[in-house]
Parts: sequence; structure tokens; C-alpha cells
Amino acid sequence: MTEQLPALQILITMLAAPVCVLVRHAKVSWAIAFGANVFAFWVAWQLLLQVQDTGAIRYALGGWAAPTGIEYYIDTVNAAIVMLVAGISSVVLLYAYSSVSKAIPKAKHYLFYAAWLLCVTGLMGIVITGDAFNVFVFLEVSSLATYMLISFGDDRRALTASFRYLILGSVGASFILIGIGFLYAATGTLNMIDLAERIPDSQSQRAVLVAFSFITIGVLIKAAVFPLHAWLPNAYTYAPVAVTAFLAGTATKVSLYVLLRFFFSVFGEDYSFGQLFLNGILLPAAIGGFLLMSLVAVFQTDLRRMLAYSSVAQIGYIVAGFSMASQAGLAAGIVHIVNHALIKASLFMAVGCIIYRVGHAHIPSLDNLFKRMPFTCVAFMLSGAGLIGIPLTVGFVSKFTLIGAAMDEGWWLLAALILISSLLAVIYIGRVVEIMLFRQSREGGQASTGMAEAPLSMLIPMYALVIVALYFGIYGSETLGVANEAALQLLGGFK
Amino acid sequence: MNPLWALVPPLAVIPFILLLGEKRKNWREVSILVAGVALFLINKSIYNDLMAGGTPQSGEIGLLADYTLKLSAEPMGVMFGLLASFLWVVTTVYSIGYMRGHHEINQTRFYTCFAIALAAVMGAAYADNLLTLFVAYEVITISTFPLVTHAGGVDAKKAGRVYLGILMTTSIGFLLPAIVWTATVGSSLDFVPGGVLADSGLSNGAMACLLGLFVFGIAKAGIMPFHRWLPAAMVAPTPVSALLHAVAVVKTGVFSLLKIVTYTFGIDTVVGSGAAQWFLPVAAFTVIVSSIVAFTKDNLKARLAYSTISQLSYIVMAALLATVMSVSGGVLHIVMHAFGKITLFFCAGAILVALHKSEISKLDGIGRRMPITMGAFFIGAVSIIGLPPAGGVWSKLLIAGGSLDTGTIIWASVLMLSTLLNIAYLLPIPLRAFFKPDPSLAPGEKATLQEAPPACLWAIVLTAFTCLLLFVYPQPLTELIGLIQWR
Amino acid sequence: MTQLIGLYSYWVVIVLMMAGLYIMIARYNLVKKVIGLGLFQTSIFYLYITMGKVEGGTAPILVEGKELVYSNPLPHVLILTAIVVGVATSAVALALIVRIHETYGSIEEDEIKDIEAMEPDA
Repeated sequence: MTEQLPALQILITMLAAPVCVLVRHAKVSWAIAFGANVFAFWVAWQLLLQVQDTGAIRYALGGWAAPTGIEYYIDTVNAAIVMLVAGISSVVLLYAYSSVSKAIPKAKHYLFYAAWLLCVTGLMGIVITGDAFNVFVFLEVSSLATYMLISFGDDRRALTASFRYLILGSVGASFILIGIGFLYAATGTLNMIDLAERIPDSQSQRAVLVAFSFITIGVLIKAAVFPLHAWLPNAYTYAPVAVTAFLAGTATKVSLYVLLRFFFSVFGEDYSFGQLFLNGILLPAAIGGFLLMSLVAVFQTDLRRMLAYSSVAQIGYIVAGFSMASQAGLAAGIVHIVNHALIKASLFMAVGCIIYRVGHAHIPSLDNLFKRMPFTCVAFMLSGAGLIGIPLTVGFVSKFTLIGAAMDEGWWLLAALILISSLLAVIYIGRVVEIMLFRQSREGGQASTGMAEAPLSMLIPMYALVIVALYFGIYGSETLGVANEAALQLLGGFK
Repeated sequence: MNPLWALVPPLAVIPFILLLGEKRKNWREVSILVAGVALFLINKSIYNDLMAGGTPQSGEIGLLADYTLKLSAEPMGVMFGLLASFLWVVTTVYSIGYMRGHHEINQTRFYTCFAIALAAVMGAAYADNLLTLFVAYEVITISTFPLVTHAGGVDAKKAGRVYLGILMTTSIGFLLPAIVWTATVGSSLDFVPGGVLADSGLSNGAMACLLGLFVFGIAKAGIMPFHRWLPAAMVAPTPVSALLHAVAVVKTGVFSLLKIVTYTFGIDTVVGSGAAQWFLPVAAFTVIVSSIVAFTKDNLKARLAYSTISQLSYIVMAALLATVMSVSGGVLHIVMHAFGKITLFFCAGAILVALHKSEISKLDGIGRRMPITMGAFFIGAVSIIGLPPAGGVWSKLLIAGGSLDTGTIIWASVLMLSTLLNIAYLLPIPLRAFFKPDPSLAPGEKATLQEAPPACLWAIVLTAFTCLLLFVYPQPLTELIGLIQWR
Repeated sequence: MTQLIGLYSYWVVIVLMMAGLYIMIARYNLVKKVIGLGLFQTSIFYLYITMGKVEGGTAPILVEGKELVYSNPLPHVLILTAIVVGVATSAVALALIVRIHETYGSIEEDEIKDIEAMEPDA
């Protein structure tokens, strides 16, 4: 059983999707989806334990050994990320039931959950596969499901947002496909480990260079790295909130993982950063991202859109960590992938609770919300504190590590800019918190109508994430330990 | 005793506060008093351990890869812990009278946040390293925000914005990078006698930059231009102003600075690199200017707030002078000023509850209606000014004496000038109260006694008495300071 | 010169790809965008197929006792998958366009933008 875990990781959720379509029942399909996700989470956990125990796992899918067949390659980096994806997906699914019941007509629920399952399958597949072409296939599986999930939003602008994302996302994926084609032409293999071996000796270095450029741009689009983030704000704003919570915690994070895998494992750090000066692209993109997008977030009037821009900004921090190409920087980036996923998912879940009760997320009309929804507001504040990087939240762990890594490199300006952007986060989170806490004017404002909290089925999953985030905020050395190990493995290449 | 125990009473009392709530408020307040006494006894036990030559310390939590959260007791921290826990008990007694007399709302939330803030202050007092200190520092900022904005109106919102804005901006913008920088160049983040930066290889200029980040990053120490949060915080109920914004919060600021100078830089490094000379003038400027500003304020709490800013900068100066004598004086001044200032704030609150007056110009003649309160006010003022027979004189002498070691009399003269200003803005208040005629009384009519609630009075008398006691019997404090390892 | 002409298949790829990209960027009509996307993806399929071609090669069917020269079958297989993905993408895109047409009454992006500009904040 245990040696088949890598296949089970993908299989259960993938098979559960058609089952959902067949049963056509809202509640049952939700239960199937949730069960499959929890199982996937358990598998991922087992995999992580196994990897930490015995080192990287190479699993030949269908018994076809590496160059002929597709291989799954699992080490600490992707075991942790798969666990993150499955975990966030499970928690958000638990939360989604009430939220989705209200936002989406019941007859469509089974399709919604089927799409969700496919999306999770794709995301997990991207992460654990060791085959470059397989990455593209899973990428498209998850992307197509994502377009569908976004279009479930009850605002009609969800449709156009989804369409725009479809066009941009397909272009991004096609770029990756082109890149993989050139890699195949240059080396004659699609297996990542073989690629890593053959790329340095390849006769056609120009093809490798072209492949590198296409893959970089393609993945940067999918990861919504500034300035290729145009699809993200609308998609996050108009998608059903549960979907946004799920995507914010997983989709961009998985793309960032692909970035790591290609830059560090396949092409190798020497090639990406030594010869091609990749940080010449990544660093300006990262800085522009976290500064400009934080600034833009300050001026948003819709809570979801504000958080969407903040997501792009936070991705900037992660990319900044990567661009140092040092162990400390990579560890900071990886740990922030996990931490930001936790924070952002719980923030969007809080927004979902607000929308469930208030019906909108227009920031200026949320005044005195604390009186009506204290638990939701507290969750929002705790997670918001994480976004700022206040101690005892996960945000502090990543920010401290990131600034420390920047100072280690001697990149003082970067450290200063990160701090400035943190202060912008103080403004955009503080503004919302202030509106939640106080009445806008001396008289009037919302009459206090007593408590009207979101249902427990939404509050409990939200608090589950908040508590996990707090735990890792206090015992940050645990996540950092895994991140450090992962960074070492990435810098060391495939073993 | 493990200093972790010091976090237990204030945290353990929170469920009681929430459960007992408004309906059984007598029991709620009893539970807080019990917690306060327990906390004081725990601190006392840590003090005994320390005096017996032990080094009480807690286990560690790995917050970051190489850095941990850890508590341990050293003389400064023990003194601060004892002070804060003792005054917590006194303030609780006082606020029982005040909050009821003033019919404040949301008392449960008030006491809860108060307890969290106290727990964080204990964490700061016993912090074993910079990281723990920073965590506690930020928790204090956040947990006191609901207290500052307690009234909930538009003014409270504005004040809250200034409060959180300045404290957050400085702590994230300056203090955090300073700590990360220390982690990068120093041998560790731990508080070690003699500091961790001695072999850091930082140039004198870089050292000055780092010190500057700390001095301005710790805005709780109230150094200009980051002092405006303190007057803003005065919209809070008086017990908050008294315990937190005259003692716990602001003293956490100067306490952190003293600890950083002693245990992170090491006083020799501060003196040797000449880093402090850039910031001493700023502290001196703050001392003088805020005294002058205090002079212009008619609102009693605002005047006391600016007086606090000025007094805090004494301690900042003491830290930056970085001689054994001056830093000892700074540590002592934490205690001396705390008792003096809390007395003054208690009196201000008592006047507000009993007579509903907050402006100094309207206090004429009230000494005959509130003789005990105004008598205590006089004692507190004397202690703040630094005159015998109150404790404030000792710390001021030590700081001034320490400043002479630097070979210039500038800093000592700044202190003396400020003393004159103190006299000018503090003493007229009791003098007015006792010697000017009461305008609301017809000539010849006799004033009726109109004192504050007894709970308030007890607290006031106790702190005023302690001011006097510390003049004749400062030995326990000086013994404790004698235990500080400077190198 | 032989290099230019000899690699004519790549010229086809480039022309197709650029045409597809141009349509996606320059046309406001959503259906035309999907057509552009299809063209773009087709060019990639073509790129893969030409890559696998071996001069004089035939279909890779092994016959007992014969030395065969055959084209590399792997790119073909890959592209079968990619074609399926492309079809699915077009299907989803067209379905979205149908829904957009239902709710907005237009499939011209500039008109939709005008309509959206009138709507209140999210």
C-alpha cells in the first residue's frame, strides 16, 4: 500500500470527480468531494513522513520505468506543498458547503464540486510529477477546472473575468508547452531528472535558452507575478468566495513551486542565476509587485479586490526570496508560500462570512461590523495581522526570515523596501479594521441589530486555519525547518 | 521560580473575567485582585531566587529557525516585574472605584485587555532575548489599542489611529530591521552582559545607525518626534492612563532601551563607538521641549502626558550616556517616576469622578473639598520634580552624576533646567487647589468634603506613601541594581 | 540560404503563432479571440510534429526481421494529449461566450467593458 501512495494521491480525487457528476446530488457530491480531499490530505501527510524518513521517492507510474514512462518524484519540497494544497482544499470545502448553498443554484452543485475535485487533482499532479510534459497536462486540467469554478460567481462579471483568465492562462500554458518542446528537442527527454543531467551537455544551448525563456514567462503568468498579474484581481473578486479562498491558498502557490522546480532543479541554479542573471528579471518584478500592488490595495473599495492585490504583493515577497538564490532566501520564499496560503485563505473565508450575512464586501459600508460579527472580525484581524507581519503570526516568521536573508546578501535596499511595503499593509488592513470597529459618524451608522454571525459550518473551518496559522506563528521553527531542508534539496539538485 | 509563571495569573484570570461578566462584577473584580496578588507573589519569589544567587529561566519555543522565545530573570527585569505587578493590584483597587463612579461601559472588555497587556508586560520584563522582547512589545501595542479607543466615539477612533499608527510604523519600520540587523551581525539575539555586538565588525557610523534604529524604533519611550501617541492615548479611561501610559507601556519602552544598551550593545561599546552622541541631543531636546509644552496645557491629563514624555527622556538620556551610574539611575527612575506619576494620574481621575473637572484652570480651591487627593498630588509632584522627601530625588541625582562622568556639564544642566520647568508646571496645581478661593462658593461659605470613592482614595494614599517610603528606604532597589552585570 | 528554406516548417510555425497572438490581442470579438487561441495552439502542435520527423522515416510499427527507419512517435503522442487539452479549452471558452452573450447581450469586448464600467463596485 505505502509504495502506491504517490498514485493514490492523484487517483482518488480524480476518480471522485466523475462520481460526483454521476450522482447529481448536491449534498452527496459535496460529501464525496470532501471525503476524497481528506483522504488526499492523509496521503500527502504520509508521503511527507516517508520522504523525511527515507529521502526522495521515485515512483514509476503504471510500472513503466523512467525515460519511457511517467515518473513521480517526491522530495520534501513538493511533499510539503501537496500537503498544503490538499489541506487547504479540505478545509475550504468544509467551509464551502454553506457558502456555496447560498451563492449557487442547487442544481449546479454537483458540477461545482466535480470541477473542484478536478482542480485539486491538477494542482496536486503538477506538484508531484517528475515529468515535464505531465506538468503541462496537469496544469491544463487544473486551469480548465479553475475557469469553470470562477464562472460560478453570482456577479455576471465573473464570466468575463473567467474568460480573460482563460485567454491569458492558455497563453501561459502554451508558452510552457513550447518551452517543454524545445527542451525535448535539445535533450531528447522529458523526465526532469534526465533533463537536469543532459541540459548542461546539450549540443543546442540556444534551444535550451529559448525553452528557459518560454517556460519562465509562462509560469510567471500562471503565478500572477507582477506585471503579469492582470487576470488575478477580477478573477478573485468575482469568483465565489469559497473558490477564491481555495485558489488564493493553492493555485498561485503551485505555480510558484513550478518556478522553483524548473529554475533550481531542472535548469540548475548556476544556469538560471549564474549564467542568465535571472534575478535581473525576478527582482524588479518582485519589488514592483510588493510595492505597487500594496499601494494599489490601499485604494480599493471592495474587500475582495483589496485582498487580491495584496495577494499579488505577497507573491512579490516570495519571488524576492527566490531571486536571492541563497539558502536563506529560498527558505524564506518557501515558508512564505505556506504561510501566505494559510493567511490568505482564512482572510477570504472571513470575507465569505461577511458576504454571507451582509451580502456584499464594500469596505466603507462595513462600519461597526464588529458588533454584529465579532468572531468573523476577530478572525479577519488575526489573519490581517499576519499579512502585516506582526509577531506571533506566520507573517512575522516569513518576514523576519526574508529581511534577514536580504541583509545577509547585503541587499539593504530590498530590506528597506520590504519594510515600506509592510507599512502599506498596515494601512490597508488597518483601514478595514478601523471601519469594522467604529461607527463612521457621531450619530447614525448601522444600527446595532445584535449579533448575526455566519453559520458554525463556516466559522469552524475558518478558525481551524486561523489556529493552524497561529500555531505556526509561534512554533515557526517547525515550518522553517522543513523550508530549510527543502531549500537545501533544491540547491543541491536531484540526487 | 520559572519566570513563565509570571504570565499565568494575568492570562488565567481572563476566563473568569469573561464568565463572570457584568452581572457578577464583584466576583469579577475579586478574581482580578486575586490574580494581581498572585502575580506579585510570583514576582517576589523570582526576586528571592535572584537574590539567593539563582538565575530563574524558562524553557524555549522555537519561533524562528535559530531564534527562540525564552524568559529569564535578571535584575532590571525583576524590578520592572515587581513594579508592574504591584501597581496592577493598586490600579485594580482604584479602577473598581473609578469605573463604577464614572459608569464606564464595556468593563469586561476593559479588564480583559488590561490583563492581556499585563501578561505582555511580564513577557517584556523577563525577555531573555531581543526577539521575545519584540514579541511582547507588539502584543502590548495591540492589546492596549482597545483600551485607548474604549469610548468608541470619533475622537477615540482618531486617537486610536495615531496610537497604533505611530507605534506600529516605528516598530516595524525601525525596530524590526534593527533586530534583524543585530541577528545578522551580532553573535546572537540573547541579552548577554557586555553585549553581543562587541566583535560585530560594525564601523562607528554603522553602530550609530543601529542604535538610532533602536532609539527611534522604540517609540514607546516617547522620544520626539515619535511622541504624539502618548497624548493621543489620554482619551482612555484614567486607570489605563495611570497604569499603562504612565507605567507599563511607556516603561516597557525605556526598559527595552536600557536592556538593549546594557545587554545588546554593552555600555562599553556604546561609549567606545561614540554612537550615542548623535541621539543624546534629541533626548535632551525632548526633555526640555515637552516640559515647555506641558506648561501650556490646561487639560490636566494632557499636562501629565507631556510631563511623562519629558521624564521618559531622562531615562533615554541615562541609557545613552551609558555609564554604570547613569544607567543605574535610569533603572531606578523607572520605579521612582512610576510611583510619582501614577499618583498624579490617580488624583486626576479622582477629581474627574468626584467633581467632573479636567481643566487645571477650574481647580481653584478644590483642596478644601478633596484634601487627601490634593495632598497626595503634592507628594507625587514633589517626587516627579525630584525634591526630598520623595524618592524621585535619588534617581535624578544618579543620572545627573552619571552624566558628569562624560566630562561635560551640558546634560546635567539640561536635567536641572527641566527640574525648574517641572516646578513651574506641576506645583501651581496643588497650590491653586489649596490657596486660591473656590469660585463656586460664596465668600464665607465653608466647603463640604467631596472626596473620590474610597477605593480610589486607598490607592492614592498607598502610592503617595510609597513615594515617601522610597526616599527613606530605597535599599531593596539599590541592592537589586547592584546585581546587574555590566560587562 | 538552405538553412532559411530548409527549415521552412519552422517558418510556418512562427507565422501561425504570430497570427494567433495578433488575433488574440487585436480583436475585440470574443469568438475571434478563441479562434486566435486555437491558431496559436495549433502552431505549437505543428512545432512538436515537425520535431519528431525523421527524413525517410515511416510509421513506427515494428516488423519482424526488418530494420526500419521510423519517425519519433513520442511527440505525436504528446500532441494527441495537447490536442485534447486544446479542444477542451475551446469548449470551455465557447461555453463562457454563450453565457456572456446571454447576460451582456454582446460578445464585443469593448462593448462589454462599457457595460461593466456602468456597474457599481463589485
